[in-house]
Amino acid sequence: MEFAELIKTPRVDGVVLHRPFMPTVEGTLCLTGHHLILSSRQDNTEELWLLHANIDSIEKRFIGSLGTIIVKCKDLRVIQLDIPGMEECLNIASSIEALSTLDSVSLMYPFFYRPLFEVIEDGWQLFVPEEAFKDLESMTDEWRLSEVNKDFSVCPSYPSLLTVPKDIDDESLCKAASFRHGGRFPVLSYYHKKNGMVMMRAAQPLTGTNGRRCKEDEKLINATLCAGKRGYIIDTRTVAVAQQAKARGGGFEQEANYPQWRRIHKAVERSNVLQESLIKLVEACNDQSHSMDRWLSKLEASNWQSNVKEILTTACLAAQCIDREGASVLVHGTEGTDSTLQVTSLAQIILDPACRTIRGFEVLIEREWLQAGHPFQQRCAQSAYSNGKPRSEAPVFLLFLDCVWQILRQFPCSFQFNENFLIMLFEHAYASQFGTFLGNSVAERLKLLLSQKTVSLWSWVNRPQELERFLNPLYEPNNLVIWPSVAPQSLLLWEGVFLRWNRSSKCLDEANQEMVHIIEYNKELQNKVNSLRRQLAQLETEDGPLQTP
Amino acid sequence: MEHIRTPKVENVHMIDRLTPRKSTVGTLYLSSTHTIFVENSEARKETWVLHSLVYNVERLPTNPSGSPLLIRCKNFHVYRLLIPQEKDCLDVLASLTRLSRPECYGELFCFSFNPNLDKELREKAWGFIDLKAEFSRMGIPSNLWHVTAANHEYRLCETYPSELFVPKSAFPAVIVGSAKFRSRGRLPVLSYFHRDTSASICRSSQPLSGFSARSTDDEQMLHAIMKSNPVSELMYVVDTRPKLNAMANRATGKGYENEDHYTNIKLQFVGIENIHVMRSSQQKLVDVGELPAPSMSDFLWGLENSGWLKHIKAVLDAGVFIAKAVAEDGVSVLVHCSDGWDRTAQACSLASVLLDPYYRTIKGLMVLIEKDWVSFGHKFSHRYAHLDGDPKEVSPVMDQFLECVWQLMQQFPCAFEFNERFLIQLHTHIYSCQYGNFIGNCQKERRDLRLQERTHSLWPHLWENRAEYTNPLYRTDHSQTQGVLKPLTTAYCFKFWKGMYGHADKSVASHQSPADCLNAVREESQQLEEELIAHQEVPRETDAGQETCPTEGEENFRGEEEDQQAV
Repeated sequence: MEFAELIKTPRVDGVVLHRPFMPTVEGTLCLTGHHLILSSRQDNTEELWLLHANIDSIEKRFIGSLGTIIVKCKDLRVIQLDIPGMEECLNIASSIEALSTLDSVSLMYPFFYRPLFEVIEDGWQLFVPEEAFKDLESMTDEWRLSEVNKDFSVCPSYPSLLTVPKDIDDESLCKAASFRHGGRFPVLSYYHKKNGMVMMRAAQPLTGTNGRRCKEDEKLINATLCAGKRGYIIDTRTVAVAQQAKARGGGFEQEANYPQWRRIHKAVERSNVLQESLIKLVEACNDQSHSMDRWLSKLEASNWQSNVKEILTTACLAAQCIDREGASVLVHGTEGTDSTLQVTSLAQIILDPACRTIRGFEVLIEREWLQAGHPFQQRCAQSAYSNGKPRSEAPVFLLFLDCVWQILRQFPCSFQFNENFLIMLFEHAYASQFGTFLGNSVAERLKLLLSQKTVSLWSWVNRPQELERFLNPLYEPNNLVIWPSVAPQSLLLWEGVFLRWNRSSKCLDEANQEMVHIIEYNKELQNKVNSLRRQLAQLETEDGPLQTP
Repeated sequence: MEHIRTPKVENVHMIDRLTPRKSTVGTLYLSSTHTIFVENSEARKETWVLHSLVYNVERLPTNPSGSPLLIRCKNFHVYRLLIPQEKDCLDVLASLTRLSRPECYGELFCFSFNPNLDKELREKAWGFIDLKAEFSRMGIPSNLWHVTAANHEYRLCETYPSELFVPKSAFPAVIVGSAKFRSRGRLPVLSYFHRDTSASICRSSQPLSGFSARSTDDEQMLHAIMKSNPVSELMYVVDTRPKLNAMANRATGKGYENEDHYTNIKLQFVGIENIHVMRSSQQKLVDVGELPAPSMSDFLWGLENSGWLKHIKAVLDAGVFIAKAVAEDGVSVLVHCSDGWDRTAQACSLASVLLDPYYRTIKGLMVLIEKDWVSFGHKFSHRYAHLDGDPKEVSPVMDQFLECVWQLMQQFPCAFEFNERFLIQLHTHIYSCQYGNFIGNCQKERRDLRLQERTHSLWPHLWENRAEYTNPLYRTDHSQTQGVLKPLTTAYCFKFWKGMYGHADKSVASHQSPADCLNAVREESQQLEEELIAHQEVPRETDAGQETCPTEGEENFRGEEEDQQAV
């Protein structure tokens, strides 16, 4: 297919762009296969480059022959384009609609994008399971790397290499896989170096209504317990939801069959509910005419903040079991690809200082989200402005980032990255020139040949020039476990994402610059003092004790 | 001491509601001014609670482990004690109840508080804020404004300061006539003069207009105010009440200006609710903070139901309206409510904060509070329940002003010299009665109490500790620092003030504060600067001296500023 077929009017002059809190721009609108571009052809004025993939929905209006297109983006921005000429406007609108909803992945921009920078470090090699396993091996010999899923037949959403208890053979793994939803048998998610406790994740067991059991599954998870120790199973669903799942062949671990485990149910919402929550929240944030009462009631009704609180509470619980109770934990919900990953990845941020560095956080996303089979492409197909009936869209990853932001805000000195890093990840998960978030699993990504045909987000982010924007000037590495407060008053609306386009960020940006300035000035002074101290020490050794007048 | 039934109770538990494992055991002492809890732990950590800060004391039903006692403070801290013997608990309850409700001014802490300052220093301390100097900073007196002796010995208006600034063109008879036509004699006088536009903010109480009354003196007074701004032919009268309330007042012979009787005035209602609505709103907000394990919905619903942020928005909107009129339209504004000492003080002082960068400095905010609140007769002792009195007089008027400033700080992080801690400290002392500044309800009452001889002033104390109250992001040459602030007042811009209201539970307190980190870094920078200078002074043969000291004006300025603070 040629993109040209979809573009009836590639260029319109005299288009006026309106954006809230920014001056209007008049210029020429151009459509390309992947971008909507508005250029005023003047120096010093900003141009608009918008990926079609970033467009969530559009609306058109006409007053006489002046057409207006309201473009609503997945990054939540809303812009207005005034286009002279009804035909031009209709053509542009239909092109945008077609180009922003391309079905085929291989037509997406990452397959066409050629980087203007030299790839120094290939982001596709950021996380190598074999190397991660070497680290684990240096701490414990209880685990092995299994190739049971090398052709993705045991579990299509898992990667080919999985870390499992040493004493469990591949045959048992296959049997356990047949007892878990989608074949997602329990695998290692995190090893807590401090006390040797582990966190595993899986999908729900397929007990069904007649209480099926699977000896291999029981053996598998028991193999992770120390002698005489109990573990916790954290089911991210309420008891009622877990009970209902039985009717559809799912279920939860029966006490009788897992006597060494205590099961705790939490109430993390399922992904389809989350999409509704996002839509309501963004609707509330975009209406500036709301009275205080209406705003607060809409914020409450969206349930977004409740979701943040519930996810963080569950992650804290998992971390608490591991660090405070000295117990191992198994986390699962239904499919084990959404709420499970939110909980396991957040628990690691709480427990493991390495995850709070830029590199460590990238690895966490590779390991616990991309390789663990979170279906990014399905979940991020649409954002808050989708009109159609939601299929499998859900802001699962955005909620995770929101939770990370909450912790970051409570521990502003404990993270190497800043808020902009999280916002950038949100943007790229929904629309990007990079291939990282394409596909729904490792298997799909291999089939798409992403690592050969597209550039990894990490290849770009990890260049020193880019990285600078994402560094937190207040960062002081600390090796502590950080316990966030989950009290409602401690959890704020993530303004950086949800109010980003509804206010001017000038003053807040200035504050950040000032912060960087203070820290940099301090470093500069430190360097000068250190170099002087060295010179002084040198002089003293050369000349003997210095004589001061 | 006669009110203390038991001076000491042992084995008392201080309960942390959210994290019971953080609860501690210790000894409780009652002194004539404080409740003191000393932990049995090795650190022997002490918690001091001033009696005058206690809002109420509540005893919960005795249970097998003892008698629980809840001490709620006016700064929203809550202490949960568990006293082993019921009898001790009853004694502590009775003692604290009496001690926290002084019956006369003489009982207040400020009269016994003695920070070891000699008489001369104390007198000097009371001169720390000079309102005459403040008006002269604004350019007053000028050829259009002057000071009038009309209120000498408070004979015109008991609750106003003795020195008032009025238009030169207003004759004494007009001044007296206008005072007679205003509730409690609180005539229109100058609060703030904006040099850039010559527009002014004046304040008063409501006119005694009823349904038809008028006063040519009052009309002339307003005309004189309008004429004192030579470039404008118009003047706004901002009635800070909801229109309905203002209309209801007409039935009692009060009300608002009839636009037909006054030349070129434009009347504007801004709808700030009265003190009773605000009192109950804040109570609801505080109750939300005390909910046991609230869900997000409980919290947000409670926040909405309290109406608190709605009221905060109304107060800030009033300030924004006035500031815009003065700075953008160059039009003078007369602000009033009913008596002109609550909502009027809020609106005038907030407009001043928005208009004038000086009021966004540590010293400037002190001056502003002294001017718009203390001197103009905001009824501190009534509003903040310094004495056991009419509970209907109590209302968080100043709390709202401080919170509006805090909300502004969230939008303009570099615009204020002071930090959140400064606002919270001010709030505490407005209630604490430790210093004499906020005792009484007007200047005359404070003079009669001879407060300057008998008590100490808060301002120099805060000034000496200003390093603690400094916002590290503030810079005098910053774009946010200069000029008029134009905040966004969309509903979503207002936040729950956790630093103020989030104290019901200790464990909710924030973990790390960016401002504290930055202050520590700046302090270190200062030490490094000193070391660099010291190194430079050591004579050396090498030429390394060239790179020792930063010479950029900006950096040096910052260093000097900190030097001053360290004194």
